[in-house]
Amino acid sequence: MKMRVYLTFNSNTVCEPIIYKLSKAFDVITNIRTAEVKENTGLVGLELDGATDVVEAALEWLAAQGVHVEPIEQNVIEG
Amino acid sequence: MSIVRALKCRECGHEYKIEPTHVCEFCFGPLEVVYDYEKLEGVFTRELIESRPQTMWRYKELLPIDGEPTVGAQNGFTPLVRARNLEKVLGVKELYIKNDSVCYPTLSFKDRVVSVALSKAVEFGFKTVACASTGNLAGSVAANAAAAGLESYVFIPKDLEQGKILGAGIFGTKIIGIEGKYDDVNRLCSEVAGKYGWAFVNVNVRPFYAEGSKSLGYEVMEQMGWKAPKHIVVPMASGSLCTKVAKSIKEFIQLGLVEDNSTAIYGAQATGCSPIAKSVKDATDLIHPVHADTIAKSLAIGNPADGFYANRIIRETGGWAEDISDEEIVDAMKLLAETEGIFAETAGGVTLGCAQKMIESGKLPRDESIVLCITGNGLKTQEAIVDAINKPRIIAASLKEFDALAEADGKTDDILK
Repeated sequence: MKMRVYLTFNSNTVCEPIIYKLSKAFDVITNIRTAEVKENTGLVGLELDGATDVVEAALEWLAAQGVHVEPIEQNVIEG
Repeated sequence: MSIVRALKCRECGHEYKIEPTHVCEFCFGPLEVVYDYEKLEGVFTRELIESRPQTMWRYKELLPIDGEPTVGAQNGFTPLVRARNLEKVLGVKELYIKNDSVCYPTLSFKDRVVSVALSKAVEFGFKTVACASTGNLAGSVAANAAAAGLESYVFIPKDLEQGKILGAGIFGTKIIGIEGKYDDVNRLCSEVAGKYGWAFVNVNVRPFYAEGSKSLGYEVMEQMGWKAPKHIVVPMASGSLCTKVAKSIKEFIQLGLVEDNSTAIYGAQATGCSPIAKSVKDATDLIHPVHADTIAKSLAIGNPADGFYANRIIRETGGWAEDISDEEIVDAMKLLAETEGIFAETAGGVTLGCAQKMIESGKLPRDESIVLCITGNGLKTQEAIVDAINKPRIIAASLKEFDALAEADGKTDDILK
């Protein structure tokens, strides 16, 4: 499956090579499509391509690293 | 005549043909419907619009469908009420309520966006439609799909209140409750939308869905006598309504249907979920996501997808954004009901309460026209005000007891001689 997400990095994670570590730890193709990095925050639009269970595990791993993971649509749930 | 040209990325400007897609493949920016307005010059006139039935589809050339709508043909054209009682209370000269609390068929402005989304879904050949919602959107998708003979799926967080489940369930939709935190539920819905060949109204047909909001703006201008208001206040969840009201005004000006009145657009949020209002007040375009905690559930979007664009519209038009507490929301709901006889949902309280605050602070001038957009019905959010309304005074079935009560109210003089 292909999953497109926005990753938000905070001041603790913004300097870490997290996407590099992700591609080492999981068999997924990572493709950065947009990115904005500032001193205390970072926003990355990332596409992950791989087996469904591996992509889902990779997303859980990202969240466990302290990265906020959201679908590309941001708010799918509305009032 | 369709004047729809393409879908265009709001970020990089890349254009795509009209199909069920919503994100730029190149930069992930959101896609928006763009039109060839020049094709309407001299053709799309006030007279033509006025000759048509009073529904949102009298502006169909500016909505992204081909031909006639197949879903929600009766929707829209809600009342614009001159709020004279509220004018006195607020100390303003010219105040209007755009009352979408009576929007057909499910009593919220979501009927506008859903009827466009589902009409487009039928055009694309979809048989099943879906959404993820905690309230108004769920009911609207379920009802409009039922009336159009479409199958529907509604995704909700597992612990949603029974009343809200009922508001969608009655229409025979398939409701899926999802366990987990908001972010997990949100992400799953995105995955489902990507995997199944359904029209997910606020995902793969979102560019068309969002355009439906423009009909609210068109109606306001026509109902004001073909004039754009000086000031318009809209509630903000994702921020989409704010941007689409602005687009509707720009389009009417471009087509010569109204004069440019330098309309300023104002956004209203609950303090418990006010990322867009905060960004406007902080004079930044960065939207910091928040965890929503407010009784205004229909506005509780912590990371609004259109927040950046709403912020830009507010600042470009010279408007402002405000937020109010849950207590102030309830007070404003009561004020609207007691002065104008309109029972709005919590989001309506947010809109009026924020307007009141902006009038008091001078951000909204007292001597120019102001429109407040009320987007949902109070019968859907009764739990928010159940403790705030007067309880009935109980008497026995005895005229004597009622006479005593009437006397206490000073009504003795009203007794017929």
